[in-house]
Amino acid sequence: MGELRAYAALAGAQARSAATYRWSFVTEMLANMGGTVFDALAVLVLFRATPTVGGFSLREAVLIVGLSSAGFALADFSVGNVDRLKTYVRAGTLDAVLVRPLAALPQLLLMDIPLRKALRVVLGFTLLGGAVVINDVAWTPARVLLVVLAPIAAAVFFSSIFVSSASLAFWWVDSGEIGSAFTYGGRDFTAYPITVFGDTFRGLFAYALGFAFVAYQPALALLGRTDPLGLPPWSGFLSPLVAGVAAVLAAVVWRAGIRHYRSTGS
Amino acid sequence: MIVMRDLRKDFTVRVKAGRLRRHKRTVSAVGGITLGIERGEMVGYIGPNGAGKSTTLKMLTGVLTPSSGEVSVCGLAPVPQRTRLALRIGVVFGQRSQLWWDLPLRESFALLRHVYRVPAAEHEARLRRCRALLDLDEFLDTPVRQLSLGQRMRGELTAALLHGPEVLFLDEPTIGLDVVSKQAVRSFLAELGAGGDVTLVLTTHDLADIERLCRRLVVIDHGRVVHDGTIEALHARYGSRRSLVADLVDPLPEGFALPGAAITATEADRHRVTFALEGATAGAAVAGLVAAVGVRDLSLLEPDIEDVVARLYATPDPSDAP
Repeated sequence: MGELRAYAALAGAQARSAATYRWSFVTEMLANMGGTVFDALAVLVLFRATPTVGGFSLREAVLIVGLSSAGFALADFSVGNVDRLKTYVRAGTLDAVLVRPLAALPQLLLMDIPLRKALRVVLGFTLLGGAVVINDVAWTPARVLLVVLAPIAAAVFFSSIFVSSASLAFWWVDSGEIGSAFTYGGRDFTAYPITVFGDTFRGLFAYALGFAFVAYQPALALLGRTDPLGLPPWSGFLSPLVAGVAAVLAAVVWRAGIRHYRSTGS
Repeated sequence: MIVMRDLRKDFTVRVKAGRLRRHKRTVSAVGGITLGIERGEMVGYIGPNGAGKSTTLKMLTGVLTPSSGEVSVCGLAPVPQRTRLALRIGVVFGQRSQLWWDLPLRESFALLRHVYRVPAAEHEARLRRCRALLDLDEFLDTPVRQLSLGQRMRGELTAALLHGPEVLFLDEPTIGLDVVSKQAVRSFLAELGAGGDVTLVLTTHDLADIERLCRRLVVIDHGRVVHDGTIEALHARYGSRRSLVADLVDPLPEGFALPGAAITATEADRHRVTFALEGATAGAAVAGLVAAVGVRDLSLLEPDIEDVVARLYATPDPSDAP
Protein backbone atom coordinates (compact mmCIF):
# COMPACT_ATOMS: atom_id res chain seq x y z
CA MET A 1 0.00 0.00 0.00
CA GLY A 2 2.75 2.40 1.02
CA GLU A 3 4.63 1.45 -2.11
CA LEU A 4 1.69 2.30 -4.34
CA ARG A 5 1.49 5.73 -2.75
CA ALA A 6 5.21 6.14 -3.35
CA TYR A 7 4.78 5.37 -7.05
CA ALA A 8 1.82 7.73 -7.23
CA ALA A 9 3.93 10.47 -5.65
CA LEU A 10 6.69 9.85 -8.19
CA ALA A 11 4.19 10.07 -11.03
CA GLY A 12 2.84 13.36 -9.68
CA ALA A 13 6.33 14.80 -9.42
CA GLN A 14 7.00 13.81 -12.99
CA ALA A 15 3.86 15.53 -14.19
CA ARG A 16 4.85 18.71 -12.34
CA SER A 17 8.35 18.59 -13.86
CA ALA A 18 6.89 18.15 -17.34
CA ALA A 19 4.59 21.10 -16.72
CA THR A 20 7.65 23.35 -16.50
CA TYR A 21 8.27 22.65 -20.20
CA ARG A 22 4.75 23.27 -21.49
CA TRP A 23 5.40 24.03 -25.14
CA SER A 24 7.66 21.10 -25.88
CA PHE A 25 4.88 18.95 -24.40
CA VAL A 26 2.26 20.35 -26.78
CA THR A 27 4.41 19.98 -29.89
CA GLU A 28 5.44 16.45 -28.99
CA MET A 29 1.83 15.47 -28.40
CA LEU A 30 0.82 16.77 -31.82
CA ALA A 31 3.72 14.98 -33.49
CA ASN A 32 2.73 11.75 -31.80
CA MET A 33 -0.87 12.03 -32.85
CA GLY A 34 0.25 12.57 -36.43
CA GLY A 35 2.27 9.35 -36.22
CA THR A 36 -0.76 7.22 -35.35
CA VAL A 37 -2.92 8.74 -38.03
CA PHE A 38 -0.27 7.99 -40.64
CA ASP A 39 0.00 4.37 -39.51
CA ALA A 40 -3.71 3.86 -40.19
CA LEU A 41 -3.57 5.85 -43.44
CA ALA A 42 -0.77 3.59 -44.74
CA VAL A 43 -3.13 0.60 -44.57
CA LEU A 44 -5.95 2.50 -46.27
CA VAL A 45 -3.63 3.58 -49.07
CA LEU A 46 -2.59 -0.03 -49.59
CA PHE A 47 -6.23 -1.02 -50.12
CA ARG A 48 -6.72 1.75 -52.70
CA ALA A 49 -4.41 -0.27 -54.91
CA THR A 50 -5.87 -3.72 -54.31
CA PRO A 51 -9.22 -5.00 -52.89
CA THR A 52 -7.67 -7.76 -50.80
CA VAL A 53 -4.26 -8.07 -49.17
CA GLY A 54 -3.00 -11.54 -48.35
CA GLY A 55 -6.54 -12.86 -48.69
CA PHE A 56 -8.07 -10.28 -46.31
CA SER A 57 -10.54 -7.54 -47.10
CA LEU A 58 -10.09 -3.94 -45.94
CA ARG A 59 -12.60 -4.41 -43.12
CA GLU A 60 -10.80 -7.46 -41.77
CA ALA A 61 -7.44 -5.79 -42.17
CA VAL A 62 -8.68 -2.80 -40.14
CA LEU A 63 -9.46 -5.16 -37.26
CA ILE A 64 -5.86 -6.41 -37.39
CA VAL A 65 -4.50 -2.85 -37.50
CA GLY A 66 -6.85 -1.89 -34.66
CA LEU A 67 -5.68 -4.68 -32.37
CA SER A 68 -2.07 -3.99 -33.21
CA SER A 69 -2.19 -0.23 -32.71
CA ALA A 70 -4.37 -0.32 -29.58
CA GLY A 71 -1.95 -2.81 -28.02
CA PHE A 72 1.14 -1.01 -29.18
CA ALA A 73 -0.07 2.44 -28.15
CA LEU A 74 -0.95 1.17 -24.68
CA ALA A 75 2.45 -0.53 -24.32
CA ASP A 76 4.32 2.46 -25.70
CA PHE A 77 2.46 4.78 -23.35
CA SER A 78 3.09 2.76 -20.22
CA VAL A 79 6.44 1.06 -20.85
CA GLY A 80 7.82 2.56 -24.09
CA ASN A 81 10.21 4.97 -22.45
CA VAL A 82 12.15 2.06 -20.99
CA ASP A 83 14.20 2.42 -24.18
CA ARG A 84 15.86 5.37 -22.45
CA LEU A 85 17.58 2.82 -20.27
CA LYS A 86 20.64 2.91 -22.50
CA THR A 87 21.12 6.59 -21.68
CA TYR A 88 20.81 5.89 -17.97
CA VAL A 89 23.19 2.96 -18.18
CA ARG A 90 25.75 4.95 -20.13
CA ALA A 91 25.56 7.90 -17.76
CA GLY A 92 25.33 5.74 -14.64
CA THR A 93 22.09 7.50 -13.62
CA LEU A 94 20.64 4.11 -12.75
CA ASP A 95 22.68 4.25 -9.52
CA ALA A 96 20.26 6.77 -8.05
CA VAL A 97 17.34 4.52 -8.91
CA LEU A 98 18.95 1.46 -7.36
CA VAL A 99 19.59 3.05 -3.98
CA ARG A 100 15.90 3.81 -3.46
CA PRO A 101 13.61 1.36 -1.65
CA LEU A 102 11.44 0.69 -4.70
CA ALA A 103 11.64 -1.68 -7.66
CA ALA A 104 13.88 -0.37 -10.41
CA LEU A 105 11.67 -0.85 -13.46
CA PRO A 106 8.59 1.07 -12.24
CA GLN A 107 10.85 3.87 -11.06
CA LEU A 108 12.46 4.10 -14.47
CA LEU A 109 9.08 4.15 -16.16
CA LEU A 110 7.92 6.92 -13.84
CA MET A 111 10.97 9.04 -14.58
CA ASP A 112 9.11 10.12 -17.67
CA ILE A 113 5.38 9.68 -18.09
CA PRO A 114 4.76 10.22 -21.77
CA LEU A 115 1.41 11.99 -21.48
CA ARG A 116 2.06 13.11 -25.03
CA LYS A 117 1.55 9.48 -26.07
CA ALA A 118 -1.80 9.24 -24.30
CA LEU A 119 -3.71 10.42 -27.35
CA ARG A 120 -2.30 7.55 -29.36
CA VAL A 121 -3.92 5.13 -26.95
CA VAL A 122 -7.27 6.83 -27.45
CA LEU A 123 -6.84 6.75 -31.22
CA GLY A 124 -5.73 3.10 -31.19
CA PHE A 125 -8.75 2.00 -29.18
CA THR A 126 -11.09 4.13 -31.31
CA LEU A 127 -9.76 2.38 -34.40
CA LEU A 128 -10.25 -1.01 -32.73
CA GLY A 129 -13.79 -0.10 -31.67
CA GLY A 130 -14.62 1.02 -35.20
CA ALA A 131 -13.20 -2.18 -36.65
CA VAL A 132 -15.27 -4.32 -34.28
CA VAL A 133 -18.42 -2.43 -35.33
CA ILE A 134 -17.90 -2.66 -39.10
CA ASN A 135 -17.05 -6.37 -39.00
CA ASP A 136 -20.31 -7.86 -37.73
CA VAL A 137 -18.77 -10.35 -35.34
CA ALA A 138 -20.89 -13.36 -34.33
CA TRP A 139 -20.68 -12.67 -30.61
CA THR A 140 -20.21 -15.52 -28.16
CA PRO A 141 -19.15 -15.15 -24.52
CA ALA A 142 -15.67 -16.35 -25.50
CA ARG A 143 -15.38 -13.70 -28.21
CA VAL A 144 -16.56 -10.94 -25.87
CA LEU A 145 -13.85 -11.99 -23.46
CA LEU A 146 -11.32 -12.13 -26.27
CA VAL A 147 -12.07 -8.66 -27.62
CA VAL A 148 -11.39 -7.29 -24.13
CA LEU A 149 -8.32 -9.41 -23.45
CA ALA A 150 -6.67 -9.31 -26.87
CA PRO A 151 -5.60 -5.63 -26.83
CA ILE A 152 -4.39 -6.01 -23.24
CA ALA A 153 -2.48 -9.16 -24.16
CA ALA A 154 -1.05 -7.30 -27.16
CA ALA A 155 0.04 -4.48 -24.85
CA VAL A 156 1.65 -6.95 -22.43
CA PHE A 157 3.40 -8.64 -25.34
CA PHE A 158 4.75 -5.38 -26.76
CA SER A 159 5.74 -4.26 -23.26
CA SER A 160 7.77 -7.45 -22.86
CA ILE A 161 9.47 -6.74 -26.17
CA PHE A 162 10.18 -3.16 -25.03
CA VAL A 163 11.68 -4.33 -21.74
CA SER A 164 13.79 -7.15 -23.17
CA SER A 165 15.15 -5.12 -26.05
CA ALA A 166 15.95 -2.22 -23.71
CA SER A 167 17.74 -4.67 -21.40
CA LEU A 168 20.27 -5.22 -24.18
CA ALA A 169 21.86 -2.01 -22.92
CA PHE A 170 23.02 -3.79 -19.75
CA TRP A 171 25.33 -5.99 -21.81
CA TRP A 172 25.92 -3.77 -24.75
CA VAL A 173 25.92 -0.09 -23.92
CA ASP A 174 25.97 1.11 -27.51
CA SER A 175 23.09 -1.14 -28.57
CA GLY A 176 21.69 1.93 -30.34
CA GLU A 177 18.52 1.30 -32.30
CA ILE A 178 18.75 -2.48 -32.55
CA GLY A 179 15.93 -2.80 -30.03
CA SER A 180 13.69 -0.75 -32.32
CA ALA A 181 13.84 -3.52 -34.93
CA PHE A 182 11.78 -5.63 -32.54
CA THR A 183 9.54 -2.95 -31.05
CA TYR A 184 8.63 -0.70 -33.97
CA GLY A 185 9.44 -3.50 -36.41
CA GLY A 186 7.08 -5.75 -34.47
CA ARG A 187 4.32 -3.16 -34.56
CA ASP A 188 4.63 -2.82 -38.33
CA PHE A 189 4.70 -6.59 -38.72
CA THR A 190 1.54 -7.08 -36.68
CA ALA A 191 -0.36 -4.33 -38.53
CA TYR A 192 -0.73 -6.56 -41.63
CA PRO A 193 -2.23 -10.00 -42.19
CA ILE A 194 0.84 -12.16 -41.75
CA THR A 195 -0.04 -14.06 -44.92
CA VAL A 196 1.65 -11.27 -46.89
CA PHE A 197 5.11 -12.09 -45.57
CA GLY A 198 7.65 -14.60 -46.90
CA ASP A 199 7.91 -18.00 -45.21
CA THR A 200 11.24 -17.61 -43.43
CA PHE A 201 10.57 -14.10 -42.21
CA ARG A 202 7.09 -15.07 -41.07
CA GLY A 203 8.35 -18.21 -39.36
CA LEU A 204 10.79 -16.14 -37.33
CA PHE A 205 8.65 -13.14 -36.42
CA ALA A 206 5.18 -14.68 -36.31
CA TYR A 207 5.82 -18.01 -34.64
CA ALA A 208 9.32 -18.09 -33.15
CA LEU A 209 8.95 -14.63 -31.59
CA GLY A 210 5.19 -14.92 -31.24
CA PHE A 211 4.01 -11.78 -33.06
CA ALA A 212 1.26 -13.78 -34.83
CA PHE A 213 -0.62 -13.89 -31.52
CA VAL A 214 -0.70 -10.11 -31.09
CA ALA A 215 -3.30 -9.25 -33.73
CA TYR A 216 -3.53 -11.79 -36.53
CA GLN A 217 -4.67 -14.90 -34.63
CA PRO A 218 -7.08 -13.05 -32.28
CA ALA A 219 -8.57 -11.26 -35.31
CA LEU A 220 -9.19 -14.62 -37.00
CA ALA A 221 -10.83 -15.95 -33.85
CA LEU A 222 -13.09 -12.90 -33.58
CA LEU A 223 -14.05 -13.13 -37.25
CA GLY A 224 -14.51 -16.90 -37.10
CA ARG A 225 -12.26 -17.36 -40.12
CA THR A 226 -10.11 -20.42 -40.62
CA ASP A 227 -6.41 -19.68 -40.71
CA PRO A 228 -5.05 -19.95 -44.27
CA LEU A 229 -1.74 -20.82 -42.62
CA GLY A 230 -3.25 -23.83 -40.85
CA LEU A 231 -3.33 -23.05 -37.12
CA PRO A 232 -6.50 -24.33 -35.36
CA PRO A 233 -9.38 -21.86 -34.75
CA TRP A 234 -8.81 -21.68 -31.00
CA SER A 235 -5.21 -20.46 -31.41
CA GLY A 236 -6.45 -16.86 -31.27
CA PHE A 237 -7.52 -17.48 -27.68
CA LEU A 238 -3.92 -18.32 -26.82
CA SER A 239 -2.85 -14.70 -27.08
CA PRO A 240 -3.07 -13.96 -23.29
CA LEU A 241 -1.00 -17.08 -22.65
CA VAL A 242 1.63 -16.10 -25.22
CA ALA A 243 1.73 -12.61 -23.66
CA GLY A 244 2.17 -14.17 -20.22
CA VAL A 245 5.12 -16.26 -21.38
CA ALA A 246 6.67 -13.20 -23.02
CA ALA A 247 6.26 -11.23 -19.77
CA VAL A 248 7.97 -13.95 -17.73
CA LEU A 249 10.87 -14.10 -20.20
CA ALA A 250 11.18 -10.31 -20.14
CA ALA A 251 11.29 -10.34 -16.34
CA VAL A 252 14.07 -12.93 -16.41
CA VAL A 253 16.07 -10.90 -18.93
CA TRP A 254 15.55 -7.71 -16.90
CA ARG A 255 16.70 -9.31 -13.66
CA ALA A 256 19.77 -10.79 -15.29
CA GLY A 257 20.47 -7.36 -16.80
CA ILE A 258 20.27 -5.53 -13.46
CA ARG A 259 22.76 -8.03 -12.01
CA HIS A 260 25.01 -7.32 -14.93
CA TYR A 261 24.83 -3.55 -14.54
CA ARG A 262 28.32 -2.04 -14.38
CA SER A 263 27.61 1.55 -13.44
CA THR A 264 30.29 4.08 -14.38
CA GLY A 265 33.64 5.09 -12.96
CA SER A 266 32.70 7.46 -10.18
CA MET B 1 27.20 -3.31 10.81
CA ILE B 2 29.16 -3.86 7.62
CA VAL B 3 31.04 -7.04 6.84
CA MET B 4 33.08 -7.69 3.71
CA ARG B 5 34.85 -10.98 3.23
CA ASP B 6 37.21 -11.39 0.30
CA LEU B 7 34.95 -9.13 -1.74
CA ARG B 8 35.83 -8.93 -5.42
CA LYS B 9 34.56 -7.20 -8.52
CA ASP B 10 35.93 -7.94 -11.97
CA PHE B 11 34.96 -6.20 -15.15
CA THR B 12 35.34 -7.61 -18.61
CA VAL B 13 36.54 -5.02 -21.05
CA ARG B 14 37.02 -5.35 -24.76
CA VAL B 15 40.28 -3.94 -25.98
CA LYS B 16 40.73 -2.84 -29.55
CA ALA B 17 43.08 -5.09 -31.50
CA GLY B 18 43.07 -4.18 -35.14
CA ARG B 19 40.23 -2.57 -37.03
CA LEU B 20 37.42 -4.93 -36.10
CA ARG B 21 38.84 -7.40 -33.65
CA ARG B 22 38.44 -6.95 -29.91
CA HIS B 23 40.25 -8.85 -27.21
CA LYS B 24 38.39 -9.61 -24.02
CA ARG B 25 40.32 -8.78 -20.91
CA THR B 26 39.30 -9.12 -17.29
CA VAL B 27 40.11 -6.16 -15.09
CA SER B 28 39.90 -6.46 -11.35
CA ALA B 29 38.38 -3.31 -9.84
CA VAL B 30 38.17 -4.67 -6.31
CA GLY B 31 40.53 -7.56 -5.63
CA GLY B 32 39.57 -9.20 -2.38
CA ILE B 33 38.65 -6.79 0.41
CA THR B 34 38.06 -8.08 3.92
CA LEU B 35 36.84 -5.44 6.34
CA GLY B 36 34.44 -5.04 9.23
CA ILE B 37 32.83 -1.78 10.33
CA GLU B 38 31.01 -1.46 13.67
CA ARG B 39 27.91 0.58 14.48
CA GLY B 40 28.69 4.26 15.00
CA GLU B 41 32.11 4.16 13.38
CA MET B 42 33.18 6.92 11.01
CA VAL B 43 35.39 5.45 8.33
CA GLY B 44 37.23 7.36 5.63
CA TYR B 45 37.94 5.48 2.49
CA ILE B 46 40.72 6.89 0.34
CA GLY B 47 42.83 5.91 -2.62
CA PRO B 48 43.82 7.29 -6.00
CA ASN B 49 41.42 7.45 -8.93
CA GLY B 50 40.48 3.97 -10.08
CA ALA B 51 41.49 2.35 -6.79
CA GLY B 52 38.07 0.75 -6.36
CA LYS B 53 36.51 3.09 -3.78
CA SER B 54 33.32 3.81 -5.67
CA THR B 55 33.02 0.22 -6.83
CA THR B 56 33.19 -0.99 -3.22
CA LEU B 57 30.57 1.54 -2.13
CA LYS B 58 28.31 0.46 -4.97
CA MET B 59 28.60 -3.16 -3.88
CA LEU B 60 27.71 -2.15 -0.32
CA THR B 61 24.63 -0.26 -1.47
CA GLY B 62 23.32 -2.97 -3.82
CA VAL B 63 24.01 -1.12 -7.05
CA LEU B 64 26.65 -3.55 -8.27
CA THR B 65 26.67 -7.32 -7.90
CA PRO B 66 29.99 -8.62 -6.49
CA SER B 67 31.91 -11.07 -8.66
CA SER B 68 32.72 -13.14 -5.59
CA GLY B 69 33.07 -12.91 -1.84
CA GLU B 70 30.59 -12.07 0.88
CA VAL B 71 29.10 -8.76 1.85
CA SER B 72 26.46 -7.79 4.36
CA VAL B 73 25.19 -4.40 5.49
CA CYS B 74 22.79 -4.10 8.48
CA GLY B 75 22.67 -7.89 8.35
CA LEU B 76 21.24 -7.83 4.81
CA ALA B 77 22.72 -8.97 1.50
CA PRO B 78 22.83 -5.77 -0.57
CA VAL B 79 21.80 -7.02 -4.01
CA PRO B 80 19.15 -9.67 -3.22
CA GLN B 81 17.64 -7.53 -0.43
CA ARG B 82 18.24 -4.21 -2.14
CA THR B 83 14.92 -2.50 -1.44
CA ARG B 84 14.85 -3.55 2.23
CA LEU B 85 18.41 -2.35 2.66
CA ALA B 86 17.60 0.94 0.93
CA LEU B 87 15.19 1.81 3.76
CA ARG B 88 18.01 1.53 6.29
CA ILE B 89 20.89 3.25 4.51
CA GLY B 90 21.43 6.72 3.10
CA VAL B 91 23.53 7.33 0.03
CA VAL B 92 25.12 10.50 -1.32
CA PHE B 93 26.97 10.19 -4.58
CA GLY B 94 28.83 13.47 -5.08
CA GLN B 95 28.48 13.23 -8.83
CA ARG B 96 24.94 11.81 -9.05
CA SER B 97 21.88 13.59 -7.87
CA GLN B 98 19.13 11.99 -5.79
CA LEU B 99 16.96 15.07 -6.24
CA TRP B 100 14.38 15.97 -8.85
CA TRP B 101 16.06 18.30 -11.28
CA ASP B 102 13.06 20.45 -12.18
CA LEU B 103 11.37 20.57 -8.79
CA PRO B 104 12.04 22.82 -5.81
CA LEU B 105 14.08 21.23 -3.05
CA ARG B 106 11.05 21.33 -0.76
CA GLU B 107 9.08 19.11 -3.16
CA SER B 108 11.95 16.66 -3.56
CA PHE B 109 11.95 16.22 0.21
CA ALA B 110 8.19 15.74 0.31
CA LEU B 111 8.48 13.08 -2.39
CA LEU B 112 11.22 11.26 -0.54
CA ARG B 113 8.91 11.02 2.45
CA HIS B 114 6.55 8.95 0.28
CA VAL B 115 9.33 6.96 -1.35
CA TYR B 116 10.73 5.95 2.05
CA ARG B 117 7.30 5.74 3.75
CA VAL B 118 8.33 7.98 6.64
CA PRO B 119 5.65 9.08 9.16
CA ALA B 120 4.95 12.81 8.75
CA ALA B 121 6.04 13.78 12.26
CA GLU B 122 9.42 12.04 11.99
CA HIS B 123 9.97 13.57 8.58
CA GLU B 124 9.19 17.05 9.92
CA ALA B 125 11.54 16.68 12.86
CA ARG B 126 14.46 15.52 10.74
CA LEU B 127 13.87 18.14 8.09
CA ARG B 128 13.71 20.88 10.71
CA ARG B 129 17.05 19.77 12.11
CA CYS B 130 18.70 19.69 8.66
CA ARG B 131 17.25 23.09 7.77
CA ALA B 132 18.79 24.59 10.85
CA LEU B 133 22.17 22.88 10.55
CA LEU B 134 22.61 23.27 6.81
CA ASP B 135 20.95 26.68 6.30
CA LEU B 136 18.53 25.36 3.71
CA ASP B 137 15.81 27.95 4.12
CA GLU B 138 17.07 30.52 1.63
CA PHE B 139 16.91 28.09 -1.30
CA LEU B 140 14.23 25.61 -0.25
CA ASP B 141 11.87 26.86 -2.98
CA THR B 142 14.44 27.03 -5.78
CA PRO B 143 14.32 24.32 -8.47
CA VAL B 144 17.25 21.97 -8.04
CA ARG B 145 18.69 22.77 -11.46
CA GLN B 146 19.20 26.38 -10.35
CA LEU B 147 21.08 25.55 -7.15
CA SER B 148 24.81 26.06 -6.81
CA LEU B 149 26.87 22.93 -6.26
CA GLY B 150 27.29 23.72 -2.57
CA GLN B 151 23.56 24.27 -2.10
CA ARG B 152 22.74 21.12 -4.01
CA MET B 153 25.14 19.08 -1.89
CA ARG B 154 23.46 20.35 1.27
CA GLY B 155 20.17 19.29 -0.29
CA GLU B 156 21.59 15.85 -1.15
CA LEU B 157 22.75 15.35 2.43
CA THR B 158 19.31 16.21 3.74
CA ALA B 159 17.69 13.91 1.17
CA ALA B 160 19.87 11.02 2.33
CA LEU B 161 19.00 11.53 5.99
CA LEU B 162 15.26 12.15 6.00
CA HIS B 163 14.44 8.48 6.54
CA GLY B 164 16.82 8.17 9.48
CA PRO B 165 19.34 5.72 7.99
CA GLU B 166 21.55 3.55 10.18
CA VAL B 167 24.45 3.78 7.74
CA LEU B 168 25.31 6.76 5.61
CA PHE B 169 27.48 6.21 2.53
CA LEU B 170 29.06 9.30 1.01
CA ASP B 171 30.98 9.10 -2.23
CA GLU B 172 33.15 12.20 -2.52
CA PRO B 173 30.70 14.50 -0.74
CA THR B 174 33.01 17.51 -0.90
CA ILE B 175 34.13 17.16 -4.52
CA GLY B 176 34.10 20.48 -6.35
CA LEU B 177 32.85 22.47 -3.34
CA ASP B 178 34.31 25.80 -2.25
CA VAL B 179 36.00 26.11 1.11
CA VAL B 180 32.93 27.47 2.92
CA SER B 181 30.64 24.72 1.61
CA LYS B 182 33.23 22.08 2.45
CA GLN B 183 33.33 23.39 6.00
CA ALA B 184 29.54 23.36 6.22
CA VAL B 185 29.36 19.76 5.00
CA ARG B 186 32.14 18.64 7.32
CA SER B 187 30.73 20.21 10.45
CA PHE B 188 27.33 18.80 9.65
CA LEU B 189 28.75 15.30 9.27
CA ALA B 190 30.84 15.72 12.41
CA GLU B 191 27.73 16.66 14.37
CA LEU B 192 25.87 13.72 12.87
CA GLY B 193 28.65 11.29 13.74
CA ALA B 194 28.98 12.64 17.28
CA GLY B 195 25.54 11.21 18.07
CA GLY B 196 27.09 7.76 17.73
CA ASP B 197 24.11 5.96 16.24
CA VAL B 198 24.83 6.63 12.56
CA THR B 199 27.62 4.68 10.91
CA LEU B 200 29.41 6.80 8.36
CA VAL B 201 31.47 5.58 5.43
CA LEU B 202 32.90 8.20 3.13
CA THR B 203 35.27 8.22 0.20
CA THR B 204 37.24 11.32 -0.56
CA HIS B 205 40.32 12.76 -2.16
CA ASP B 206 40.55 15.45 0.45
CA LEU B 207 42.61 14.48 3.46
CA ALA B 208 41.04 17.34 5.42
CA ASP B 209 37.68 15.51 5.28
CA ILE B 210 39.26 12.55 6.99
CA GLU B 211 41.23 14.58 9.51
CA ARG B 212 38.11 16.40 10.53
CA LEU B 213 35.75 13.44 10.59
CA CYS B 214 37.21 10.00 10.69
CA ARG B 215 39.17 8.26 13.37
CA ARG B 216 39.60 5.30 11.08
CA LEU B 217 41.15 5.50 7.67
CA VAL B 218 41.12 2.75 5.07
CA VAL B 219 43.44 3.22 2.13
CA ILE B 220 42.87 1.13 -0.93
CA ASP B 221 44.88 0.95 -4.07
CA HIS B 222 44.50 -1.34 -7.05
CA GLY B 223 41.47 -2.84 -5.36
CA ARG B 224 43.25 -3.88 -2.15
CA VAL B 225 43.37 -2.54 1.37
CA VAL B 226 46.86 -1.16 1.92
CA HIS B 227 46.19 0.56 5.23
CA ASP B 228 43.54 0.31 7.91
CA GLY B 229 44.01 2.48 11.00
CA THR B 230 44.40 6.09 12.11
CA ILE B 231 45.94 8.88 10.05
CA GLU B 232 48.79 9.21 12.52
CA ALA B 233 49.54 5.53 12.12
CA LEU B 234 49.58 6.00 8.36
CA HIS B 235 52.02 8.89 8.48
CA ALA B 236 54.22 7.13 11.01
CA ARG B 237 54.26 3.93 9.02
CA TYR B 238 55.08 5.46 5.70
CA GLY B 239 57.16 8.39 6.88
CA SER B 240 55.11 11.01 5.08
CA ARG B 241 56.71 14.38 5.45
CA ARG B 242 55.49 17.91 5.62
CA SER B 243 57.32 20.33 3.40
CA LEU B 244 58.46 23.89 3.89
CA VAL B 245 58.53 26.20 0.88
CA ALA B 246 60.58 29.38 1.21
CA ASP B 247 60.92 32.38 -1.13
CA LEU B 248 64.36 33.89 -0.60
CA VAL B 249 65.70 37.42 -1.00
CA ASP B 250 68.93 36.12 -2.53
CA PRO B 251 69.61 32.81 -4.28
CA LEU B 252 70.21 29.92 -1.93
CA PRO B 253 73.98 29.51 -1.38
CA GLU B 254 75.52 26.33 -2.83
CA GLY B 255 76.01 23.61 -0.25
CA PHE B 256 73.44 25.02 2.14
CA ALA B 257 71.90 22.42 4.47
CA LEU B 258 69.33 22.41 7.28
CA PRO B 259 69.62 19.75 9.96
CA GLY B 260 66.66 17.35 9.80
CA ALA B 261 65.35 18.66 6.48
CA ALA B 262 66.24 17.70 2.92
CA ILE B 263 66.10 19.99 -0.10
CA THR B 264 63.66 18.44 -2.56
CA ALA B 265 63.37 21.21 -5.15
CA THR B 266 64.78 24.60 -6.09
CA GLU B 267 63.06 26.93 -8.52
CA ALA B 268 63.36 30.45 -9.94
CA ASP B 269 67.19 30.54 -9.97
CA ARG B 270 67.37 29.17 -6.45
CA HIS B 271 65.10 31.93 -5.11
CA ARG B 272 62.50 29.39 -4.12
CA VAL B 273 63.42 26.25 -2.25
CA THR B 274 61.41 23.32 -0.88
CA PHE B 275 62.54 21.32 2.12
CA ALA B 276 61.08 18.02 3.23
CA LEU B 277 60.95 17.91 7.03
CA GLU B 278 62.64 14.73 8.19
CA GLY B 279 62.82 14.94 11.95
CA ALA B 280 63.18 18.69 12.28
CA THR B 281 60.11 20.49 13.63
CA ALA B 282 58.66 23.23 11.45
CA GLY B 283 59.76 25.78 14.05
CA ALA B 284 63.35 24.59 14.13
CA ALA B 285 63.56 24.50 10.34
CA VAL B 286 62.19 28.02 9.97
CA ALA B 287 64.51 29.33 12.68
CA GLY B 288 67.50 27.68 11.02
CA LEU B 289 66.60 29.07 7.63
CA VAL B 290 65.89 32.62 8.79
CA ALA B 291 69.17 32.69 10.69
CA ALA B 292 71.12 31.80 7.56
CA VAL B 293 69.42 33.59 4.64
CA GLY B 294 66.96 36.42 3.97
CA VAL B 295 63.41 35.00 3.68
CA ARG B 296 60.63 36.83 1.86
CA ASP B 297 57.81 34.33 2.35
CA LEU B 298 57.21 30.92 3.86
CA SER B 299 54.58 28.24 3.59
CA LEU B 300 54.19 24.89 5.25
CA LEU B 301 52.51 22.13 3.25
CA GLU B 302 50.79 19.15 4.79
CA PRO B 303 51.60 15.86 3.10
CA ASP B 304 49.36 15.34 0.11
CA ILE B 305 47.13 12.32 0.34
CA GLU B 306 47.83 11.32 -3.25
CA ASP B 307 51.50 11.53 -2.36
CA VAL B 308 51.01 9.38 0.73
CA VAL B 309 49.12 6.80 -1.27
CA ALA B 310 51.68 6.81 -4.04
CA ARG B 311 54.44 6.24 -1.50
CA LEU B 312 52.32 3.59 0.13
CA TYR B 313 52.10 1.63 -3.04
CA ALA B 314 55.79 2.05 -3.77
CA THR B 315 56.50 0.35 -0.42
CA PRO B 316 55.13 -3.14 -0.88
CA ASP B 317 53.81 -4.88 2.20
CA PRO B 318 56.18 -7.81 2.84
CA SER B 319 53.27 -10.06 3.82
CA ASP B 320 51.82 -9.46 0.39
CA ALA B 321 54.86 -10.78 -1.51
CA PRO B 322 54.21 -13.86 -3.64
